[in-house]
Amino acid sequence: MPAELEIGLIAVMTAASCAVCGSLLLVRGMTMTADAVSHTILLGVVLAYFAAGGLDSPLLFLGAAAVGLVTVALGEMLVKSRLVSEDSAVGVVFPLLFALAVILITRYASSVHLDTDTVLLGELAFAPFERMTLFGADIGAKGIYTSAGLLALDLLFAVALFKELKTVSFDRTAALVMGFSPALLHYLMMALVSLTAVGSFDTVGSVLVVAFMAAPAATAYLLAESFGKMLAAAVTAAAASAIIGVRAALALDVSFAGAMATAAGLVFLAALIAAPKRGLVGAYLRRRAGKRRR
Amino acid sequence: MTAALGSMPRLAAGTLAALLSDYTFRTVALGAAIIGLMSGVVGCFSVLRREALLADGASHAALPGVVAAYLITGSKDAAVLLAGAAASAVLAAAATVLTARRTRIKFESALAVAMSVFFGLGLALMSYAQRLPGASKAGLARFIYGEASSIVMRDVCASAALALMLTALVCVFFRQFKLAAFDPEYAASAGLRSGAAGGALTAMTVAVTVLGIQAVGAVLMSALLIAPAVAARQWTRSLAGMTALAAVFGAVSGVAGTAYSSLRDGVPTGPAIVVTASVIAGVSLLAAPGRGIAAKLVRRRRLRRRVLAANVSAPEGFDRTPPDASTTTEQSARPAAPPDGEGSPNAPQNERIIPAAPPDGEKHAAASAPDEDGKGGGSDAGGA
Repeated sequence: MPAELEIGLIAVMTAASCAVCGSLLLVRGMTMTADAVSHTILLGVVLAYFAAGGLDSPLLFLGAAAVGLVTVALGEMLVKSRLVSEDSAVGVVFPLLFALAVILITRYASSVHLDTDTVLLGELAFAPFERMTLFGADIGAKGIYTSAGLLALDLLFAVALFKELKTVSFDRTAALVMGFSPALLHYLMMALVSLTAVGSFDTVGSVLVVAFMAAPAATAYLLAESFGKMLAAAVTAAAASAIIGVRAALALDVSFAGAMATAAGLVFLAALIAAPKRGLVGAYLRRRAGKRRR
Repeated sequence: MTAALGSMPRLAAGTLAALLSDYTFRTVALGAAIIGLMSGVVGCFSVLRREALLADGASHAALPGVVAAYLITGSKDAAVLLAGAAASAVLAAAATVLTARRTRIKFESALAVAMSVFFGLGLALMSYAQRLPGASKAGLARFIYGEASSIVMRDVCASAALALMLTALVCVFFRQFKLAAFDPEYAASAGLRSGAAGGALTAMTVAVTVLGIQAVGAVLMSALLIAPAVAARQWTRSLAGMTALAAVFGAVSGVAGTAYSSLRDGVPTGPAIVVTASVIAGVSLLAAPGRGIAAKLVRRRRLRRRVLAANVSAPEGFDRTPPDASTTTEQSARPAAPPDGEGSPNAPQNERIIPAAPPDGEKHAAASAPDEDGKGGGSDAGGA
C-alpha cells in the first residue's frame, strides 16, 4: 500500500471514531470535556511511560484512559462540592494535570520521543514507518490497526447502547425509571472518549482530537433530524474533512493535523451558513418571512 | 543554582538572594507577577459570569493571528504578534457568539469548535512559516507553551501600563461590572448599560489572555485566570475582597512559579506558574474557613453529634449515650428556645445548628445551605 493511502486511511478512521465520540458528547452539552480529557491523558501517558519504561506498552492506553476518567471525576467532585461552577471546575482541573505532565516530560523524559510537539501535532507523516508484522510478513502500518480498532469499538458502543444513550442524553428521568444507571453509562462513555483520544493522539495529536470531536458533530447537529442520522452525518463529515485535509496538507506541504482541523472547520462553516433549516441563511430567511407575515 | 535543593534554610536564603540579584530573574518574575495580577482581577469576573472557558478558547484561537502577523509583517516583535493574536481571538469569540445565538448549537460546543479549528489553522500556518528561509521556530513556538524567559524589560513596562489601565477601569466602573457579573437583567431594568459593561469585561478577558500567552502559553493560560479567582472566592464574600485577593494570588503564583523553574533545571516556567496557582486553589477549597471542604466536614460531624445528642426518635441502633450529655438535657428541657439566644422565636431551630450557612447574595455561591444540614435540622425540629 502506498504511504499516502495509508496516511489517508488512518486519518479517515481516526476522524470517524472521534466524530462518533463527539456526537455523544455534543448532545449532552459536554464538548469541552473532550478538550479537557485530550489534554490530561498526556499525564496518564507519561506516568504509564515511567511505569512501563517504554512507549509500546498497553499500559499507556490504560494509564491514559484512567487519567481521563480521573479528570472527569475530579471535575464532578468539585461541582458537587458546590464551591465551584461547572465551567470553572473544568478550567481548574485540566490545566493542573496538563502542566504536571509537561513538567514531567521536560524534566525527566525530554530525551525520548515523547516530546510536547508530538503530543500536540502527532506524527501522521511518520505513521507509515511503524509497521505491523504478522508471522514476519508486513501487513500494513500499525496506525491502521489502532485506528480501525478504535473505530470498531466506538461504533460497537454507539450501536449496542444506542437506545440507552439516547434515553440518557435526552431524558435522564426516563432513564432512571427504566432502570439503567445514567452514571454508569456516563463513565463508560468517558472511558471511551479517553481511549479514543489516547489512541488517536498517538498518530494525529491532541489538537486534532478536539477538532474532530467538536466540528463534525456540530456540523451534523445542524443537518440531521434524529440522533441516528446525526451519527451518520458526523462520520461522513469527519471522513470528508479528513480527506480534504490530507490532500491539502500534501499539496501545500503543511502539517497534517493543522490542515485536517482547518478542513473540519471549513466543512462546519459551510453547514453553518447553508444548512437547509438551521443554517444562518435559512434562519435569517425564516425570520424575515415571519416578520412579513406579521 | 541547581545545586541548591532548598533543604537547608541557610542555603535556600543564599539562593534566594542570588536569585533576586539576577537581572533576568527579576525581569521575568516582575513580568509574571504583573500578568498574574491582571489575570486574577479579570479572572474574577470571568469566573462569576461563567465565562471561564472563554479564556481557554481565546488563548487557543490567538495562535493563527500570531503566525499570520509574522507572515505578513515579517517581524517577530511582541507588539506586532500580540496585535495579530488579539485580532484572531476576537474573530473566534465573535464566531462563537454568533453560532451560539443563531443556531441550536450551545455556547460550549461552539467554543470548542472555534478554538480547536483556529488552533489547527495556527499549527498549519506555523508549519508553513517554518519552511520559509530565516524563520526559526523559536519565536513562534513560545506562544504554544509560553516562554517566560523571553520577557524583556520592554514587555514588563507595556504590561505594567496595561495593568494600571485595567485596574483603573475596574475601580472606576466597579459597580457596573459587579451588576454585569451578578444580575445583568436587573442592571438593564435599572437603566444601566450592562451590555456595555459585559462587553468591556469580555474584551478585558481577551486582552489579558493574549498578553499572558507569552508567559504561560496558549494551552495553560486559562488556568491563570480561573485558579486565582476560584481560590479567592473561598476566602471572602465581597467582590472587592475577592478581586484584591485574586490579584495577590495571581501575582504570588507568577513569582513563585518563576522562582521554582529557575531553581530546578528543566522545569518550564508556564507550567510551574500554573501548578502554583492550582495548589493555592486546592488549599483554599480544602481549608478556607466556613466554606471550605474541611470546615464543611467539621460542621457535618458536629451536626451529627448534636442530632444524636438530641436523641430524635432514634432507631434502636442509634440509641447510645450521647457524647455531650449536657447538651441533651438542655435541649430536651427547652426545645423551642435556642440556648445561645440567637434568632427570633419564629426562626426554625436549624438556624442555630448551622452557624455559617453562608447567606450569600451572590448567585455564584451555590453552596448556601447544604442539604445534609437541612435534613438534620428538620429531623431535630421534628423531635422537638
